[in-house]
Amino acid sequence: MGRYVIRRLLQMIPVFIGSTFLIFFMVYALGDPVAALFGDKAPDPATAARIRAELYLDQPLWKQYGHYMGQILGGEFGTAFNGQKVTELMADAFPVTLRLTLVAIAVEIVVGIVLGVLSGLRRGRTVDTTVLLLTLVVVSIPTFVSGYVLQYLLGAKWGWVSPSVSPEARLDELILPGVVLALTSLAYVTRLTRTSVAENSRADYIRTAVAKGLPPRRIIGRHLLRNSLIPVVTFIGTDVGALMGGAIVTERIFNIHGVGYQLYQGILRQNSPTVVGFVTILVLVFLMANLVVDLLYAVLDPRIRYA
Amino acid sequence: MRGVARARWAVGAVAVALVAAGCGGTAGESKGVVRASWGDPQNPLEPANTNEVQGGKVLAMLFRGLKRYDPKSGAAENMLADKIDTSDQQNFTITLKDGWTFSNGEKVTAHSFVDAWNYAANLDNKQKNASFFEYVEGYDKVHPASGNATAKTLPGLAVKDDRTFTVRLRTKFSTWPDTLGYAAYSPLPRAFFDNHAAWLKKPIGNGPYTIDSYHKGSAMRLTRWDAYPGPDKAQNAGVELRVYTDNNTAYTDLQANNLDLVDDIPSTQLKNVKKDLGDRYINQPAGIIQTLDFPMYDPNWSKPGLEKVRRGLSMAINRDQITEQIYRKTRTPATDWTSPALGEAGGYKAGLCGDACGYDPAAAKKLIQDGGGLPGGRITLTSNVDTGSHRVWMDAVCNSINNALNNDRACTVNPVGTFADFRNQISEQRMTGPFRSGWQMDYPLIQNFLQPLYYTGASSNYGKFSSPQFDNLVDEANAESSADAANAKFQDAEKILADQMPAIPLWYQNGSAGYSDRISDVTLNPFSVPVYEQIKVG
Amino acid sequence: MPDHGPLPPPDPDRVTPPEPEEIITPAGGGAMSLATSEAETLEPVSGKARSLWSDAWHDLRRNPVFVVSALIILFLVLIALWPGLIAGGNPLTCDLAKAQDGPAPGHPFGFDAQGCDVYTRTVHGARASITVGICATAGATLLGSVLGGLAGYYGGWWDALLSRLADVFFGIPIILGGLVFLSVVPSGSLWPVVGFIVLLGWPQIARIARGSVVTVKQNDYVQAARALGAGDRRLLLRHIAPNAVAPVIVVATIALGTYIALEATLSFLGVGLKPPTVSWGIDISSASVQIRNAPHMLLWPAGALSITVLAFIMLGDAVRDALDPKLR
Repeated sequence: MGRYVIRRLLQMIPVFIGSTFLIFFMVYALGDPVAALFGDKAPDPATAARIRAELYLDQPLWKQYGHYMGQILGGEFGTAFNGQKVTELMADAFPVTLRLTLVAIAVEIVVGIVLGVLSGLRRGRTVDTTVLLLTLVVVSIPTFVSGYVLQYLLGAKWGWVSPSVSPEARLDELILPGVVLALTSLAYVTRLTRTSVAENSRADYIRTAVAKGLPPRRIIGRHLLRNSLIPVVTFIGTDVGALMGGAIVTERIFNIHGVGYQLYQGILRQNSPTVVGFVTILVLVFLMANLVVDLLYAVLDPRIRYA
Repeated sequence: MRGVARARWAVGAVAVALVAAGCGGTAGESKGVVRASWGDPQNPLEPANTNEVQGGKVLAMLFRGLKRYDPKSGAAENMLADKIDTSDQQNFTITLKDGWTFSNGEKVTAHSFVDAWNYAANLDNKQKNASFFEYVEGYDKVHPASGNATAKTLPGLAVKDDRTFTVRLRTKFSTWPDTLGYAAYSPLPRAFFDNHAAWLKKPIGNGPYTIDSYHKGSAMRLTRWDAYPGPDKAQNAGVELRVYTDNNTAYTDLQANNLDLVDDIPSTQLKNVKKDLGDRYINQPAGIIQTLDFPMYDPNWSKPGLEKVRRGLSMAINRDQITEQIYRKTRTPATDWTSPALGEAGGYKAGLCGDACGYDPAAAKKLIQDGGGLPGGRITLTSNVDTGSHRVWMDAVCNSINNALNNDRACTVNPVGTFADFRNQISEQRMTGPFRSGWQMDYPLIQNFLQPLYYTGASSNYGKFSSPQFDNLVDEANAESSADAANAKFQDAEKILADQMPAIPLWYQNGSAGYSDRISDVTLNPFSVPVYEQIKVG
Repeated sequence: MPDHGPLPPPDPDRVTPPEPEEIITPAGGGAMSLATSEAETLEPVSGKARSLWSDAWHDLRRNPVFVVSALIILFLVLIALWPGLIAGGNPLTCDLAKAQDGPAPGHPFGFDAQGCDVYTRTVHGARASITVGICATAGATLLGSVLGGLAGYYGGWWDALLSRLADVFFGIPIILGGLVFLSVVPSGSLWPVVGFIVLLGWPQIARIARGSVVTVKQNDYVQAARALGAGDRRLLLRHIAPNAVAPVIVVATIALGTYIALEATLSFLGVGLKPPTVSWGIDISSASVQIRNAPHMLLWPAGALSITVLAFIMLGDAVRDALDPKLR
């Protein structure tokens, strides 16, 4: 196990270098960001040249990258074009997105597992078919459509919730965006649980428990659910990384100032320090989540051993 | 069952984290505070470094300069300046009013201005508005086109005493004092120079508000400065600026009473705005014009005879219908190259474009045929689409041209993903067809709409249009001593544009804003920025 | 469409544990490596009257879900090929005077914000959307199964390299990749969008393929063929691929639906297809902000997209059920 972890950690180094370089290259490929800083006016060449020099933009790509990586290793993520430290932007953005992610995960867990258990226990019946169709419909609606529709109906028309999220991003404000963000994964959690429950409900230990005369509630709660949740837990684990990085659409619709928002702004303004900095952290989160999930899987399922 | 116990532990941990993450929010709206929509400023909030509206909003609350443009008429009126004297239109003596201080108590003196201007002009400080000081003598010493600055300060500026300083310009420029209302000319306190990093975190100025807190990328709270010495004291307790990435969300928030003021109504909501807001909706001219520029550096577009094609394209655009259907009259069909916000006295004259800006599909088709047809048989409209509603009007303009020419492939749109990419394509002269150009005036002078955009080699002449007659008329206009005579010359210059059509005037952009019933006395200035200090709450 | 990425999460109905001794697929964890138990039932390829495939086909024909979704897809493909069959109008002919008007005679779905006929545009939009879906799936499946299959077969450093390469691609934000692609490729054709989806989609397929190949290659008949002197090429193509391909097909069918929805998301973010291409994604994204003024603008293209995605997912679902002997 220890060797395995070390090997995985070592493998992260090239992945980290590869991803950051790829992102760096992509932002670089978008072209020179300096002209846009001058708005509708033509940039003053002398000032533009100074700004480029300050941002290392006048250097060849590999030098820019080397300089940037050097900075990052020293914990210095650079400064966004509007003079804000990228680390400060991160300190503001990551907690908000973390909260949004947790709400989304909570929705996935509660709703997804309940629906999944229901349809798994009643496989092939009306409940099952209904849930199946429902989840499929949810998967087929793009997030921005469900986001705008729910925001308009719940937020503006009926006034049940606030249509946007304040800068503090309190948990209660994040419920609606969390639901929207969770919708697609929700469908997968539901179906994962359903299959798992259906398979396990035919397992010998369940038959034994039934034969012993245990009450159905106890069988489902203590025996069936616990064993069925292993794959669900690992799926949710990997989803954390994906949700953290990619809520660009949801954060935009609900005006949440999190990671997705900063990335969107940074990309549109071709603000390489912001984009590369945020993605770097996200890649780290993603890699760590993967590793934890792989290990968790081995811990949860005794049949798996890592060489 | 070892694994199962852990699974339960994991779920529990998530729940705990949820609760923990939930703490730390601070809620509540303060009494008497206006909650207004905002966009993340693109540049640091230094006066000479801010060149877009969002940063400009803050500067308008935080600073007062020598002059101020009247929020209603746009006329330049003395603010900190007691008087600005000149005998030769080139040497100016500026005297300050007494009693002005920065919000930290420091007196506003002649040094506050001269130091700020020297800082702004100096190449080493990389201020994006440095070129506003190019008229001052010796600008090329502190801001050479290439190489290092040979002087730290502008030789044309001299402090006489605490309340007086002199400015010597490179050439005669009779209306120069009227440009001084621009934010780049604001005074700066010593704190700006002494502890720059701290100042940037929480800028200090001499305007009616002070910054209470600045949450980067999401919000800024400004409080009324009670000791503000100026005549335009804030009528509300403060302003909370909230960053929105999507103006649709801001509008929805306004409907839900989550926000008091939206100064950028999304075009998709204009249909409902009367129903939603009643008379809490403002739609008034602002000094912004949208044009479609032709790449005159491309021989396909500049060869003789093509002016017919360019004029024909202009006549194929049904401006009335587009401004009505898409913009619900928040744009006005343009009939010249300036803006009605200038007013008649400022040199605006409707209809200078003549027939060429009227919709006449039959004449358009004929003109384009006479001119030899569209270069290559088809045209592409280019604009960035990351902001605003550019995609919608581009589609509409292309459809209008296609309908007029009876060819659904004559015009196609070329949306560019980011503004930066768009700007680079323009500055590298890669355009092969008409491209969007939006111009927001820096100061309400007709000169500002014409010279920077169409004078040979001018800084924002992106299409590289060049006409000796046009240049001559502009030169003559600048040398005129009376404003009326100058305006007449500028209007003559516009007639050259009507003949040559290097840029198709599309529409004048209005400022549009909506507000909640919590606030009143909301107005927009000619730059389409809300006049925050006049807003009353409750 | 998942907001957080174009990739369909792993096939959720497989919960079998991963192959025991080596690294499990990183992103999908256990949920993704789905092929272990497949092996027991995938064996009977020769000698028996009915193969897995004919078995599955036998099942599918009797499955109403399959029949319905296949018919829908057939219809969609037909109108994608010949939209003129049911919509004779020109989707690019628009009259701004009618902007956002409701249904009128000859215009059953009403008009969009530019005054174009929504019915015509919805029918004509099928081509771009379905082309993107099918081509992107084909590309991602081909690239993913080749790379994943090789990784699974050879293992070792090649495997590690590939898995880590996939990690690198998982880190790219969609919009950044989209912007780069669209700024590098000038005209607004379908192919940059397809290429971009392939680039982001192949790692997912590669992982499935890898897991599947790892399981299949341990089977006795593969060992037997090897003992008989079969080369790598023959082993892979004749013995392993036919038995490992089932899970890939299943995931690819589901992915197809999500790729179509991804085109819409890309258009919403301003980096998708460009006019004069007509696509559901373009129409949905311009309609989503008009939801108050003209809900009909959103309803029809979004409805068409949802039905298409639904049909493909249901098809994949039915195929999976048919290929999974445990669920019989």
